[in-house]
Amino acid sequence: MKTLIKNGTVYIAGKFRKQDIFLDGTQIRNIASKLDVKADEIIDATGMHVFPGFVDIHAHLRDPGHTYKEDIVSGTKAAAHGGITSVCAMPNTDPVVDNIASVDYVQRRAKDLGSCKVYVIGAMTKKSEGLEISEMATMKSDGIVAVSDDGQCVQDAKIMLNCIRYAQNFDLPIIVHAEDYSLSGKGQIHSGKVSTKLGLPGLNALAEEVIIMRDIMLAESTGARLHIAHISTAKSIDLVREAKKRGVRVTCEVTPHHLLLTDEACLGFDTNTKMKPPLRPEHDRQACVDALIDGTIDCIATDHAPHADFEKIKEFDHAPFGVIGFETAFVALYHHLVKPGIVSLERIIEAYSQAPARILDLPNNEIKKGNAADLTIVDLNGESTIDEDFILSKSKNTPWLGHTLSGRIKYTFVDGRITFADR
Amino acid sequence: MSVTPQFLRRNVYDLDDYSKAEILYILEAAKGMKEINLREYKKIPTLRGKTICTLFVENSTRTRMSFELAASRLSADVVSFQATVSSLQKGESLQDTVYTLDAMGIDLYCIRHSSPGAAQLVHKYSGKPVINGGDGRHAHPTQALLDIFSIWEKLGSLEGLKITIVGDILNSRVVRSNLIGMKKLGAEVTVCGPRTLMPSGLEEVYGCKVEYNLPRALKDADVVMGLRMQMERMTEGLFPSLEEYSKHYVLSKDTIKYAKKDALIMHPGPMNRGVEILPEIADGKQSIIVEQVANGVAVRMALMFLILGGKA
Repeated sequence: MKTLIKNGTVYIAGKFRKQDIFLDGTQIRNIASKLDVKADEIIDATGMHVFPGFVDIHAHLRDPGHTYKEDIVSGTKAAAHGGITSVCAMPNTDPVVDNIASVDYVQRRAKDLGSCKVYVIGAMTKKSEGLEISEMATMKSDGIVAVSDDGQCVQDAKIMLNCIRYAQNFDLPIIVHAEDYSLSGKGQIHSGKVSTKLGLPGLNALAEEVIIMRDIMLAESTGARLHIAHISTAKSIDLVREAKKRGVRVTCEVTPHHLLLTDEACLGFDTNTKMKPPLRPEHDRQACVDALIDGTIDCIATDHAPHADFEKIKEFDHAPFGVIGFETAFVALYHHLVKPGIVSLERIIEAYSQAPARILDLPNNEIKKGNAADLTIVDLNGESTIDEDFILSKSKNTPWLGHTLSGRIKYTFVDGRITFADR
Repeated sequence: MSVTPQFLRRNVYDLDDYSKAEILYILEAAKGMKEINLREYKKIPTLRGKTICTLFVENSTRTRMSFELAASRLSADVVSFQATVSSLQKGESLQDTVYTLDAMGIDLYCIRHSSPGAAQLVHKYSGKPVINGGDGRHAHPTQALLDIFSIWEKLGSLEGLKITIVGDILNSRVVRSNLIGMKKLGAEVTVCGPRTLMPSGLEEVYGCKVEYNLPRALKDADVVMGLRMQMERMTEGLFPSLEEYSKHYVLSKDTIKYAKKDALIMHPGPMNRGVEILPEIADGKQSIIVEQVANGVAVRMALMFLILGGKA
């Protein structure tokens, strides 16, 4: 398959340039200001932007075990619809991905049926129970890119220290979901004015912060790598900023919802505003935006967490935590941060493609001759109305339901193959 | 009495949806209803042919009886759904329960539930008006209205009154709804209890005063309300013992002397005598605790009447 993308505004080495791109097979064969080559398909990208494919290092594909919420086919289709070309799948499925048979299953299904590349994150402890170290070295030889007990948090500091040291042995990044259960308890939303008003048990911000402090100290003591998932409070960000200054090998990600929404969104009891960590007050949200701009926050990840309608329509405190994010991430960020001039488009692209790939040692996916043809074509003048028909994910649990956001993904290419086309 | 249309089919989730004028209108209506309750034949035909469902997913005999009596006295048909003896016990979702009830032709739901926001959900599922009879720690607007009615009836107005509420503020839906309603009617409200039972940001959210010391909280109060202290808060590690709690926060002759001499004493019930309030106060001549219960029926009658638009 040969594809010629003509007249697009292309993101190359941190800048936008009018270029034609020629995709041949799985690779980017040529980039030039004017290309006249024979192709099977010619796409006129006049007025559109061409970005490196987005890389989402935090997602739940729910496969195996919870395929009524999502599966590898629907999940990767939704990812492609969001301009994503690589996804890292969290291991909290049923069974938990803590062994090579499960790793193989996810990899094979994704390879055969997926609409984007899927990298597997293995469980850090067996069954993610936080007790015994998983066979992470074996899983690494089978292709996992990191270990994490996401959704769970190892409460025992000694076990966490052992995991960090063992993972370091095999140069596996650890991704931590920071939550001290004794502090988070039965909390439903951020503990503050809104939880007081709604009478919902609060999730104390300290639950996140004390674990981040603990794990930074543990990683620092051994010199290991540590990646902090979905950071959400100003204090957490300060801890990371100070650690980075000391030379600790710590990185962190932020979700679009923590960049764009506050706990005030919970005031109508919409269960699509319920997730962990919870939406925080404005001053935490602002700290996330500032830290994304100054680089303290390294990357953007969606924490795509599908749940079925019948689960989310329950009473607020009975509904599960989590929201989907693949299909709204870019357009929501573009609409609310780039268009008003708060964050540059370049910073968003960088933090949602190159930076996450670097953190987990994934292949470089810059738009560059010889690289894999993983890219997305976006019409920034278009718009996306987020309704049930728009969403390709099996689950529709997003706080953006009913919103119209600026920007529209037109095409997504993975290894030169069209995985999404808006036509 | 003519029904103002803005009450028709309106939900009562909490008092923040109601203006001062609307709350006063409800109080006036309740006054009329109270008069009916004092008659020998306590029934009027206004809601004949309407069906009211009390949907109680959390146990409460007193509040349910109050709603059911209110409905009966307006001649509505009443069906009662209790979670402990129902399909919810068998794992049916609230949504399916409401769909089932709705198929039977319910005109108004009165719901009690342990989950905040449950009243909104019942309306979402059914499209029918809903009166919130208490949802978790969130709101209990009919209790607040009956509390406000009781004060208003005795003192004529809440404007400028000093009202002090003492106890487990953290877990109290009664406090939250009362704070909204009492502030709207111009009262100054102080809440008091140990720091571990005080939710964060209360002053900012409700514009009330927070005190941790009982005598200071009671100083010059016109109205004093005690709240039920639940044993389970002790096992949650929020305070060490009922005895120690009582030593610092009980309403007694000794502590109540800091309030105004003829201050009204209130309690939403059920009371733990000897824990948050002593019998000498609960049964004393300043106490209007029993009257609150009677007023509860009147206030609930008023709401049902206004929402379903009966003609009297």
